[in-house]
Amino acid sequence: MHPALSVIFFTVISGTGYGLLFLLGAVLAFEPRLLSGNAAIVWLVLGATFAAAGLLSSLLHLGQPQRAWRAFSQWRSSWLSREGVSATLSFVPMLALAWLEWRGVDAQPLRAWAVLLATFAVLTVACTAKIYATLKTIPAWHNAYVLPGYLLLGLLGGAAWMWILHIVDASPVVATPILLAVLAVASAVFKYFYWRHIDAMPPAATAESATGLGRFGAVGGVEAPHTEENYLTREMGFVLARKHAARLRAIALVLIGVLPTLLALLACMTQTRMLEALCATIAVISVTLGLFVERWLFFAEARHVVMLYYAAKADTTQHA
Amino acid sequence: MTMLPPPSTKKLGLVIDLDICVGCHACAVACKEWNDGGQFGPLPDENPYGREPLGVWFNRVHTYEVEPEENNKPAMTVHFPRSCLHCETPDCVTVCPTGASYKRAEDGIVLVDEDKCIGCKLCSWACPYGAREYSEVRGTMQKCTLCVDRIYNETLDEYDRQPACVMACPTRARHFGDLGDPQSKVSKLVAERGGYDLMPEMGYKPVNKYLPPRPRRDGCAAPTATMQEENVDFSTASPLLRWIDKVLSR
Repeated sequence: MHPALSVIFFTVISGTGYGLLFLLGAVLAFEPRLLSGNAAIVWLVLGATFAAAGLLSSLLHLGQPQRAWRAFSQWRSSWLSREGVSATLSFVPMLALAWLEWRGVDAQPLRAWAVLLATFAVLTVACTAKIYATLKTIPAWHNAYVLPGYLLLGLLGGAAWMWILHIVDASPVVATPILLAVLAVASAVFKYFYWRHIDAMPPAATAESATGLGRFGAVGGVEAPHTEENYLTREMGFVLARKHAARLRAIALVLIGVLPTLLALLACMTQTRMLEALCATIAVISVTLGLFVERWLFFAEARHVVMLYYAAKADTTQHA
Repeated sequence: MTMLPPPSTKKLGLVIDLDICVGCHACAVACKEWNDGGQFGPLPDENPYGREPLGVWFNRVHTYEVEPEENNKPAMTVHFPRSCLHCETPDCVTVCPTGASYKRAEDGIVLVDEDKCIGCKLCSWACPYGAREYSEVRGTMQKCTLCVDRIYNETLDEYDRQPACVMACPTRARHFGDLGDPQSKVSKLVAERGGYDLMPEMGYKPVNKYLPPRPRRDGCAAPTATMQEENVDFSTASPLLRWIDKVLSR
């Protein structure tokens, strides 16, 4: 599948934003008095900015962005519509919490809104994942790994930024580097098993079943319907990434797994504030870059069954 | 509304005969011409007279070679027109966030409302048959309409109330009708010739059916020993031919 930059940016950045907002919701729900009002507002604004930037970037992917409001209507059947609804509703607990923190109101309503914020953060990222996971036409997405993968990697991005917040005194959670290390290891292991799964997957269909001509023998293309590219071959027939897929996977594992873990452990062993700040900064850059590589691969490596119709004879076994 | 309507009794669709399609692309051209000026048009091209023209076509004709497993059998060339199959349970409809993609309750035709489409392309990702093509120029998704603006058009002669691709086919490889009615001509044709679904494992239940090529007679295409000139046996030929052979062989 063609890896559209707007969609990659959207899923990475809004995933990170909602990861951060989920962590804020969780902290406030367990211990509403842990954060000062100002600290909570800084945290909220950062998360909300990421979430909103991602959502706005997803509009760039549309052919008619001025009609985007129509996407709220079909939540009964469409995960994309549900994502739009959930993302918009998630700003309600964000605004409510910002107001409560600003006014310094009681712990009880704060706790309720925090739970709501965490819930909508999870729901929105889950909807994003479901958009991909429900597509039967793309076996690399239509499996049980995609939903937990999106949630885990969103949380990883959030934890990396939470460390930055800790450095600038906006978060009192001292265990953040430990959390980041755990999530980094978990993410890398998870992605490794995801890649192993999609490499071993049986094809969803064959050129023989796509044409129904399998009863007569092996089917191979002689002549394509068009001499130039068309929308289908551009959008679904993206092959550029596969040449370097193995190397890019290794790079992603280092950036989201190995490097953040080492930096977190290094920070735990030293007491120098400067060094910890440096570690946190490198970790957040590493995780973000790693997430971009991972998401780029998620799209570029995914094969769509429609390409079976365009498969040349020698290629039929590799497709879909 | 992108919830699927309850299954309709009327299921309009096409039956495509792979036995007699000659791959002339007349269906694709006639479709492009009608729909460029039809109710759902236009179908603009990017860079139409330039180096790499790109544009929306609702109909694409592939050509395949089918290699039999037995080595002595000749390979078969099959021309394969591909367009929307107007599936009974298509995901292209249910994934649409705006309600622009819909399936008509009365006859099962799958359409895109070009005024509601936001151009998110998700429906094209959900379609295994490549039936939907996105127009960069219009910023919306476009697809086969089964010529809904022809088949119900009372200003046309009754004979002309068929999809443009069906009208244009010079070998009558395309048939249009109600596949929900077992007594219709198309349903009988499907029953008689063993019409089948493309990629049934996807579970979309296509309405359009394909008729398989009739089996080729063995040996009519591959060169055999008796067809070599030095092996021609005149002993069983008529007396006249035997005499001519004798005279000419001197």
